Amino acid sequence: MNPHLLIAIPLAPLIAAVIAGLAGHRIGRVATHTLTITGVAIACGLSLYVLKQMYWGGVGTFNGPVYTWLVSDGVHIQVGFLIDRLSVLMMSVVTFVSLCVHVYTIGYMSDDPGYTRFFSYISLFTFAMLMLVMANNFMQLFFGWEAVGMVSYLLIGFWYTRPSAIFANLKAFIVNRVGDFGFILGIAALFSYTHSLSYTTAFAAAPHIAQQTLPVFGGVNALTLACVCLFIGAMGKSAQVPLHVWLPDSMEGPTPISALIHAATMVTAGIFMVARMSPLFEYSNAALSFVLVIGATTAFFMGILGVVNNDIKRVIAYSTLSQLGYMTAALGASAYSAAIFHLMTHAFFKALLFLAAGSVIIGMHHEQDMRKMGGLGKYMPITAITCWIGGLALVATPFFSGFYSKDAIIEAVGLSHRWGSTYAYWCVLFGSFITSLYTFRLLFMTFHGEERFRHAAAAHGHDEHGHEAHGAHEPRESPLVVTLPLIALAIPSLVIGYLTVGTVLYGNYFGSAIMVRPQNDVLAQMAAGYHGPLRLALEGLVGWPFLFALAGFATAWLFFLRRPDLADAAAVKFAWLKRILDQKFYFDWFNEQVIARLGRGLGTGLWKVGDQGVIDGALVNGTAASVGWFGGVVRRVQSGYLYSYAFWIVIGLAALLGWFLVHA
Amino acid sequence: MRPTGEAEAVLVQILFYLFATLLVAGALGVISARNPVYSVLFLVFSFINSAAIWLLVEAEFLAIVLVLVYVGAVMVLFLFVVMMLDINLAEIRQGFTRFAWLGWITAAALIVEIVGVIWRHGLGGVDVGRGFVSEPANYSNTLALGRVLYTRYAYPFELAAVLLVVAIVAAIALTLRRRPGMKVQDVSRQVAVRAEERLRVVKVSAEKRS
Amino acid sequence: MITLADLLTLSAILFALAVAGIFLNRKNVILLLMCVELLLLAANFNFIAFSRMLGDLTGQVFVFFVLTVAAAESAIGLAILVVLFRERRSISVEDLNTLKG
Repeated sequence: MNPHLLIAIPLAPLIAAVIAGLAGHRIGRVATHTLTITGVAIACGLSLYVLKQMYWGGVGTFNGPVYTWLVSDGVHIQVGFLIDRLSVLMMSVVTFVSLCVHVYTIGYMSDDPGYTRFFSYISLFTFAMLMLVMANNFMQLFFGWEAVGMVSYLLIGFWYTRPSAIFANLKAFIVNRVGDFGFILGIAALFSYTHSLSYTTAFAAAPHIAQQTLPVFGGVNALTLACVCLFIGAMGKSAQVPLHVWLPDSMEGPTPISALIHAATMVTAGIFMVARMSPLFEYSNAALSFVLVIGATTAFFMGILGVVNNDIKRVIAYSTLSQLGYMTAALGASAYSAAIFHLMTHAFFKALLFLAAGSVIIGMHHEQDMRKMGGLGKYMPITAITCWIGGLALVATPFFSGFYSKDAIIEAVGLSHRWGSTYAYWCVLFGSFITSLYTFRLLFMTFHGEERFRHAAAAHGHDEHGHEAHGAHEPRESPLVVTLPLIALAIPSLVIGYLTVGTVLYGNYFGSAIMVRPQNDVLAQMAAGYHGPLRLALEGLVGWPFLFALAGFATAWLFFLRRPDLADAAAVKFAWLKRILDQKFYFDWFNEQVIARLGRGLGTGLWKVGDQGVIDGALVNGTAASVGWFGGVVRRVQSGYLYSYAFWIVIGLAALLGWFLVHA
Repeated sequence: MRPTGEAEAVLVQILFYLFATLLVAGALGVISARNPVYSVLFLVFSFINSAAIWLLVEAEFLAIVLVLVYVGAVMVLFLFVVMMLDINLAEIRQGFTRFAWLGWITAAALIVEIVGVIWRHGLGGVDVGRGFVSEPANYSNTLALGRVLYTRYAYPFELAAVLLVVAIVAAIALTLRRRPGMKVQDVSRQVAVRAEERLRVVKVSAEKRS
Repeated sequence: MITLADLLTLSAILFALAVAGIFLNRKNVILLLMCVELLLLAANFNFIAFSRMLGDLTGQVFVFFVLTVAAAESAIGLAILVVLFRERRSISVEDLNTLKG
């Protein structure tokens, strides 16, 4: 494959981002969005072209450096691309969703003063994500990893005058630092064994590293430690328990980036990374068990939180957490293909849900509380229909794209014999009930039932949007630039699972890009029972996951559409449970009250004792004081009288002469 | 005429001890006299005795130079300065004994050490007890010294001359007093003067008659 | 008969006396200068003694130079003294403490 073509893929958005960022104000809004959309469109087109070439054109894997930055002690630090079927799939998904989001942003941000800045950021993000995905070495992976984190930080705090946005972006940044610390330790652990940053070397050395024992924590398997460290990085980036706390808060950012970064692409970087590292993880059952348990826990418990939240974007954010948990669980069950497959389908329908939520938010004039919505389906038909498609895909309704990926995950976890797989199986299975419950709750509360926005608007006349005080303000359908991406995303949400499940999941699409040891290969077992997507969907209609989803639908219908009073009654009756859920399992409380307080205490202690006491007091001022004291003593010698200096010279002469006499 | 015999050697030794005693006494007088004028006079006395001893060891030229240069010039300079400066004599003797003990101890230590070096350790194979051998009767110390001074040591000799000139200039420059308001001629400025500094051409516009 | 030891001992005594003189004097810089002259004289004694003993005229040439330098030193030293006295109306050593920081 032509490397110049590959270089063009990340560079097109980068150049657009740089121009938009530096000269955006000068060239104007239209030029800015035209430029950035062109850049991303080039990247998307080229990615799809490469995908086509690789799948139908029979072009092999490209793995090689394109630019060597520096060579030190035999270590090559370079920009290199590993383009195989895994990365090209990710590239296509990333650029496609990014393109949709770019177009959508024209409508969503139309009245924002930071219009050009926003476009610059999202193009920069696309570049960074592509660098991450296309990397063939850990250095570039880390670069992309940190770059997407930085852009995420910038975008969460995009409305930097809001204190809550600043809080959220700091939180995201700090929590990600915890993960990245693990990540870089993992890279360092691998580097210490292979003395190379290249994937190829690390993968080849995996069976060898698996034999080594690291003398930390009383001796652990080196590969397990490295993999767990890498996965801690993924936990930060992909928001797995307990490093998930930043993701719901990140909804402070504009909705397009919630769709792009915090649903479709950046948060899946962790999933992608683990799948990419499958040749390493495969040799460590302990690490995979860890991945499995964390993923299943996230999938189930974060879903529950979505049920009680009232902010439309946060519900989707919790849903994202839960779905990321599913993907992680799939990774833990060695079903990497299923994880990537779910990543792909999820990217489409979750971006769709976010963009639809954004459309609702535009229609409601930046009102995000679902308790003030209801009955919007009548006024915003395109948004409602596309949102329903996204929702049905999310709950894994057969024939929808989410079904093929999510069902495969649940089945793969069920087939796995790894430690913790039984717990994980129940988590993901009940998770489908929870998913269904919060999804339909969202759909019912937003698009159906009583039109609560009428009296809500009247009651909240003091809202920051003063014009809402004029009484009932009927929401309108969003403009074409908003609905077009919705439709563009709804189509793959509907059909992409049906079309690609045979190839991606059971057709050995990934080939050598993902490595699974035969004894772990649950997908191969499932492939044996696979007879086409149609039959799979028909079987799914009577499978447990779908029955759980139906139960969720029924519950949601009863509590939130038919008898909303029942929900309130339940909330009163199970007040203790609601309090735990409202407090999000006390994760934030724990972080703020225990960890942050400990950190601050430690900092204060080091400041007062270590810095002021020891360093400033004893070392810095102590040095000065002792020098001063010594000087005060010695000062008496320096009388300023020439003759006394002469004395000392003569006395010294006499003493020296005496010494020579005695020793000569 | 030079003393050559045994009796003459004894005479020289007696003379040496005499001058040496006077020299030490003079040095003691220098450091202990109450009046600086006396100190200078004691110093002159010491120099004269030194010159006598140098004559005894046949370093005649240096002995003469010591008397001529030191006693004749340097010591007169000292005396001149001492007398010129209006020194409060009563004040000068205060605190004389404060560090005296240290001075005496150091002096005693130095004597013990140097004499110890001379007598106990010898001087690297030199026989310190050996007497001086007289030069032949036609030997001229001045001629011999002049011969090396103007051949081998010509450059150091020139340097010494330059050094003296520098010292003269420095001494004058240091003590020269410039009093403001004194009317003096500056010849170099007079020579360097130019016409435009002396003559100023002023254009006077003719006034219109009313 | 004068021996080398006689001259060296005399020079040591002279030297020690000069050092003692520097120690004893508190009030008069001129005396310090005079003591320095004595020190140089003691040194000259050694030069002459060894020069004569070893039959090498270089020692006497050196004495010649020492006398030159000593004369220059006295001249400049006294000039400084005069300037100093003009400034302070005193030549007391105890007033010369401007080196003190």
